[in-house]
Amino acid sequence: MATLMRFTKTVMKNLFSKPVTTAYPAGPAKVQERTRGQVSIDIDKCVYCTLCAMRCPANAIKVDRNNKIWEIDRFGCIQCANCVNVCAKNALSMDQHYTSPAAKSVIVTYGAPKQESEKEQAENKSEK
Amino acid sequence: MGNRSIVPFGPQHPVLPEPIHLDLVVEDEKVVEAIPSIGFIHRGLEHIVKKKDFNDYVYVAERVCGICSFMHGMSYCEAVERVMDVDIPERAKYLRTIWCEMSRIHSHMLWLGLLADAFGFESLFYQCWRMREKILDMFEMSTGGRVIFSVNKVGGVLRDMDHEMLSNFIKQFDDMEKDIIELTNVFLEDYTVNTRLRDVGILTKEQGLELGVVGPMMRASGIAFDTRKLKYAAYEWIDVEPVVATEGDCYARTYVRIKEIFQAFDIIRQAVKQIPDGEIAIKAKGMPNGEAFVRVEQPRGEAIYYVKGNGTKFLDRFRVRTPTFANIPSLLETTKGAQLADVPILILTIDPCISCTER
Ligand code: SF4
Ligand code: SF4
Repeated sequence: MATLMRFTKTVMKNLFSKPVTTAYPAGPAKVQERTRGQVSIDIDKCVYCTLCAMRCPANAIKVDRNNKIWEIDRFGCIQCANCVNVCAKNALSMDQHYTSPAAKSVIVTYGAPKQESEKEQAENKSEK
Repeated sequence: MGNRSIVPFGPQHPVLPEPIHLDLVVEDEKVVEAIPSIGFIHRGLEHIVKKKDFNDYVYVAERVCGICSFMHGMSYCEAVERVMDVDIPERAKYLRTIWCEMSRIHSHMLWLGLLADAFGFESLFYQCWRMREKILDMFEMSTGGRVIFSVNKVGGVLRDMDHEMLSNFIKQFDDMEKDIIELTNVFLEDYTVNTRLRDVGILTKEQGLELGVVGPMMRASGIAFDTRKLKYAAYEWIDVEPVVATEGDCYARTYVRIKEIFQAFDIIRQAVKQIPDGEIAIKAKGMPNGEAFVRVEQPRGEAIYYVKGNGTKFLDRFRVRTPTFANIPSLLETTKGAQLADVPILILTIDPCISCTER
């Protein structure tokens, strides 16, 4: 009999305890200080050196040095934070929140002339 | 002699989320032969090494497998460090060891859950994964990722764990250990579970040696060997003895993995006690030129890494021999003569990871 009842203690505990799962998105997601969510850029610090684009293992970043455009493919990025580590100007950092799921690829452009930056704002909004 | 027929198993199968395909030749309900085919998820990761800077390839190497990701990244770094003759700081070695053992606990808890799922014990499955979740949280706290950590680099590690974090982890491990004992006793002592595991899929020591079995499956057949004895990361300063069982059946394999969870807790405690202060990384100068082999003990068994550099920033060759690949012949041996209903459990007890087998 004892060998049949091995799981009973766990079951009893389980019946009288709160759920261990959290009801995301109704509640906030658990994140830690070091969580690598998505790459964010402080475009004013960027000097368009293309180092991040060269070192990205997933080729998710495109930098146009002449037109001063910095572009990232959000779903191409694998959140390895290599770009953050190699950027000599400390322009890049890792956000704690992830890119929201989407059916289409999300390519975000920074540092472009006027028109583009409006588009970027719209994209940024839709991202959130 | 009954009627012979062929039952296809996988690559999509309810009990096994891994894309392996077996053609099972059955006679009534009994399996006479199993013919495997793999190659459904080959991604050509080894080839990328020729196109990516060897420093950046670490992040690709990690993605060889989603469960032993830390060990893949680490072993790649160790191999490149051996080629470049870099001796990384001791603290980095200890940190690597701690993350390795945490990966082992996470992997074995995952496996226990899947095993419970395979014999239809759903609530036990979820309880095992509940414990695994705690380890994932600790990983996120210490590295920033839940399954892919990106903390390795050639020359050391990228993140440190301070004293406070380590002692917090040790405290959590103490609590977890009690819960895990309670759960694993179900596997070891429950009557119903035992009927599914005992005397199923026996692999003898002789067969094991002949077929080149590795990892917990090897130790469950009475072969006392553990690659951690071969000194990589900080294992040379740590006391580790292989966990051995002699029966060679599914129960023995479960037993070995369960004991390894507790062994991993013990290793982490030793490592935290001994970890010295200091740097966590040094700069690796120059380019890799030459070749090196590294053997490490992953949760699934011994993995072998080969790296060949040519003096440029692109390596010539990177090769991984994963433990699952080495265990497939033994799997085929154990399925011979098994009941069709036991096949999912037999496949599970080698702890297959097809993603890393096919890279
Ligand atoms: S490495 Fe830094 S400064 Fe250079 S292009 Fe990238 S973000 Fe800009
Ligand atoms: S986090 Fe990694 S994958 Fe993503 S953009 Fe940076 S370097 Fe590329």
